[in-house]
Amino acid sequence: MDRYVKQRLFGVLVRAATALVVGVMLLVVGVTIVRGGAALLGDPSIVFTPPGSRYMLEGDGGFLHAVLGSIFIVGPATVVSMVLAISTAIYLQSDYSSERFSDTVNMFLNVLWATPPIVYGVFVLTVIIAVGARTSLFFGIVAIAIFQYPIMTRYTDEALRSAPETVTESAYGLGATRFETARMTVRAALPGVIAGIIMGFARGIGDAATVLFTAGRSTQMPAGLFEPATTLPILIFDQSTSFNAEVRSHAYAASFVLIVAVLALIFLSKLLAGRFARYAPGGRHS
Amino acid sequence: MSQQIALRTDDLAVTYTGNRNVEALKGVDVEFPENRLTAIIGPSGCGKSTLLKSLNRLHDIQSNVDVSGDVLLEGRSIYDTDEPAPEIRRRIGYVPQTPTPLPLSIYENVAYGVKIHGDYESKSDLDDLVESYLRKVNLWEEVRDRLETPAAELSTGQIQRLCLARSLAVEPDVLLCDEVTSALDPISAERVEETLESLKTEYTIVMVTHSMDQARRLADEVVFLYLGELVESNDTRSFFENPQRERTRSFVRGHTIAETDGDETNENDAEAESEPADEPVPAER
Repeated sequence: MDRYVKQRLFGVLVRAATALVVGVMLLVVGVTIVRGGAALLGDPSIVFTPPGSRYMLEGDGGFLHAVLGSIFIVGPATVVSMVLAISTAIYLQSDYSSERFSDTVNMFLNVLWATPPIVYGVFVLTVIIAVGARTSLFFGIVAIAIFQYPIMTRYTDEALRSAPETVTESAYGLGATRFETARMTVRAALPGVIAGIIMGFARGIGDAATVLFTAGRSTQMPAGLFEPATTLPILIFDQSTSFNAEVRSHAYAASFVLIVAVLALIFLSKLLAGRFARYAPGGRHS
Repeated sequence: MSQQIALRTDDLAVTYTGNRNVEALKGVDVEFPENRLTAIIGPSGCGKSTLLKSLNRLHDIQSNVDVSGDVLLEGRSIYDTDEPAPEIRRRIGYVPQTPTPLPLSIYENVAYGVKIHGDYESKSDLDDLVESYLRKVNLWEEVRDRLETPAAELSTGQIQRLCLARSLAVEPDVLLCDEVTSALDPISAERVEETLESLKTEYTIVMVTHSMDQARRLADEVVFLYLGELVESNDTRSFFENPQRERTRSFVRGHTIAETDGDETNENDAEAESEPADEPVPAER
């Protein structure tokens, strides 16, 4: 076959593949935004209204309980996970640990990353049963934090790995301690670290399986740390399997809220990363 | 001429103990006189950077490195001491080969070392320090209007001078420079050289370089390493004009040194020595 025919065929192939992926993505996001937007425009208050006593059956009230549940579960989980992830990544990168040890840990983190979230959910459920507790906001936080931890650690580890070694050497060369040097390395890798944390947050806020058995799939407002709660993904599942057409339309509204939240987060991460990239060695020029 | 010795090594040996053992330095004794610029030269992989990094315990931060022997700063060991390594590195500064801005503003880059050591009284004190060190490396006029912008936005040549200012700001006794001009374009390199030239009477500088010309231009003393061993060290003039060792002679002439001893061809010097390089002939001074 002629080289230029090959080139043209390849061009068609890559364009078709990209069009397919982008098309499906636009369809999903588009339908959600259009139908969710329509539902929200019809009655924007459903986002801010607590559910009525027979919400799932009759659609009275709104789904504020799930919005708050998501925030109260994923927010603290992200903070806990972030602290653990950054600490672990620093440990793995610095002279605190040997290369072989950090390779081994990274392998386990990859396994954890690929573990289906339902496994974490069931694991935490086992703990709940073992300690004789019941499903609650607290255990939702625990489950989501465990779920986010490998994702954030791997991202942060990669980011620190790609920070120039000379930053570390420079800091040590100025008489900085290990801790001061680690802070400098994290700063140099900040765009990547932020991307990892936001990624963890986005995955956490979108996950249903981890919270399903741990937070309690509640249909009421979250009442306390050790009271049952629910999150948006679970709510969407419940709504879309409802017999009530109005509740089913609320599923689109909830999806809309979720998708917009994730998009906003990704936008925020780009903004922050860009801001810090100006400081990263060689970030802009080379 | 008698010179105070700022830094000296005592049978210093460094071995990398990774997958295979590599003896990077094999027992080196070398002296670095005070307020002079000493250039460490030698072919690639001869242990130049290894020597430099062992002079301020920078190998401590890597695993798989064994250091034996000793380094003495003003007569006192920097390895066998209770003083924490950061305090030693503060007295023996290090500028890496690649111009590396810390992820901070220009101002904060210079202020960083001063801040972590708490060596200042007030903000205005710090401002003065930053200005004086930026002047010292001839960078002040170029950056005075944009001290708060990220240092990473400077040109590589400017960054390298900033690195010098940053290292000087912690007031080290000795400054170690690892091929500080090798990543720069000729004009930036010249400016960094000018800066080093102006600093060398005030500071003890140890500089690794792969450029013979640079060593000849800048250095007061030259240390020649080959395959992890010290071949010759002398003041620059004697080193280049009257090398004591055959290896040095052929290296100075730009010859590639033969891998095995006594393999130098095309040499008809009467006093050509072909003994191994580990017994340096006493330098004539």
